[in-house]
Amino acid sequence: MSELDALMKAFGESGGDSSILADKEVAHFVVSGHSILSMQSVEGLEVKAKETLTGISASIRVRKGIKVQNPVHLCFGILHKKGNQKIKMDVRLEKNASAHFIAHCIFPKAEKVKHIMDAVVDIGEDAEMRYSETHYHGVYGGIEVIPRAIVKIAKNGRYFTDFTLITGRVGKLGIDYSVEAGENAVTELTAKVFGHANDDIKIKEEVLLQGENARGLIKTRVAIEDEARAEITGITEGNAAGARGHVDCMEIVKDKATAKAIPIVNVRNPLAKVTHEAAIGSVDKKQIETLMAHGLTPEEAVDVIVKGILR
Amino acid sequence: MPLLEIKNLTYTAGDKIILDEFSLSIESSEVHALLGTNGTGKSTLAYVIMGCEGYKPASGEILFNGKTIDELKIHERAQLGITMAWQEPVRFEGINVRNYLALKSKETDPSMYLEMVGLHPELYLHRMVDKSLSGGERKRIELASILALHPKLALLDEPDSGIDMLSTQDIINVINVFKKNGSSVLLITHREEISLIADRASQMCKGKIVCSGNPEKVAEYYKSRKCLVCDGEVCAYV
Repeated sequence: MSELDALMKAFGESGGDSSILADKEVAHFVVSGHSILSMQSVEGLEVKAKETLTGISASIRVRKGIKVQNPVHLCFGILHKKGNQKIKMDVRLEKNASAHFIAHCIFPKAEKVKHIMDAVVDIGEDAEMRYSETHYHGVYGGIEVIPRAIVKIAKNGRYFTDFTLITGRVGKLGIDYSVEAGENAVTELTAKVFGHANDDIKIKEEVLLQGENARGLIKTRVAIEDEARAEITGITEGNAAGARGHVDCMEIVKDKATAKAIPIVNVRNPLAKVTHEAAIGSVDKKQIETLMAHGLTPEEAVDVIVKGILR
Repeated sequence: MPLLEIKNLTYTAGDKIILDEFSLSIESSEVHALLGTNGTGKSTLAYVIMGCEGYKPASGEILFNGKTIDELKIHERAQLGITMAWQEPVRFEGINVRNYLALKSKETDPSMYLEMVGLHPELYLHRMVDKSLSGGERKRIELASILALHPKLALLDEPDSGIDMLSTQDIINVINVFKKNGSSVLLITHREEISLIADRASQMCKGKIVCSGNPEKVAEYYKSRKCLVCDGEVCAYV
């Protein structure tokens, strides 16, 4: 079996649809370790990538006014027990362009694996980008995931990102996103993570509302059990008139797990407004009792509640 | 044999007696209204019957279908057929109405239960059971979820209270569905016009039953301020 077939098999086993690679109307970019296995552009969307001495360097550009109809699939994985993957990604959406990227990150056997993503994203005026990243990890926990992104959104631009890691062990996670929003720009950063055993979760997300009437939301949902640890830092700065930001962090803690939430709110313009809410605790007793009154066992009730907040 | 039999139940919170040698029985398919003003112990009684944490009685016994349920946990009582609609139902993030109504329900189509509580299924099935719902909407959805369970005994804690409350007609409609399904209902309320839809009624004051029987008679007693326990001081008609 080729490496591409093996990766697609793992992708299929984790719930993905591997037939997307055969579809000429769907752009994709598939990387295993430091090898580019497949890539495809569509009209108006250009994917360029090369293997370097230190990893993969890729650039994706969506041309002015182009609305990419089908989601662009990015597939990153390491199928071996050990390995490194370092990807440098440069994404640019030109004026009035739009695209939805779906990233599948597959590390089913990781015992000593490191995945680093360094992305620079430039969203042009009136452009919109959606980026959904879902991780499929194995049960061993020997993985380190470090996604870093610096995003700049021009006037009236929109950027929405959704990071999900709820399948398998997290291992060690260090998200570091920084988003700068211009005039009337809108951004929403959502992260959902479920940590087990001795998983170590660090999420730092920053939204700088630089332009007038810029809007930003950081929403984080983390559930941890056993001896897992989580530290969530949500930073929002309101630096222009009419800017509105909100940080919303919820962490559910079970067993001996420990959680920390650090909402940082800075307002440098009297006409800006930034709010935050953070809740850390065990599963709400009244929620459990309500579900138990429907006939669910306490374990089933907790499962329903945790899955709900991570959905 | 009554479906539910409560014998000499005493529940205390600190040194305060909330339920005082309380006794009550509810027959199979009976709708029993429990009338009383705020703070007389009505909701506490519901929590004790349901087996909520922190509501273990100091003495007394609760029998369901002739068997004691005192040591059973909430879900074990629910599995016997007892369930409860809380006065202020909690919200759940990430659970939509369709899935919420399907929890342990044998029904495949939950639409009819939403219609029974006056909600249009097409507008609500996809909605989340979270803070995007108003208090009244959430309460109706809770009632719909209880209907979908086809319980043997439903404890309804003040379905008529709160903002955007259910109308008397809404509650009559819901009670009629429970009756049609053969469910018994303990209907907790502080409004005597609601109690009139029951088969029997009881008035509570200071953790005791002070009057029981025909709902019209109990409602008149409730309005009369002639309570023997508090002499009209606590359970005066407002």
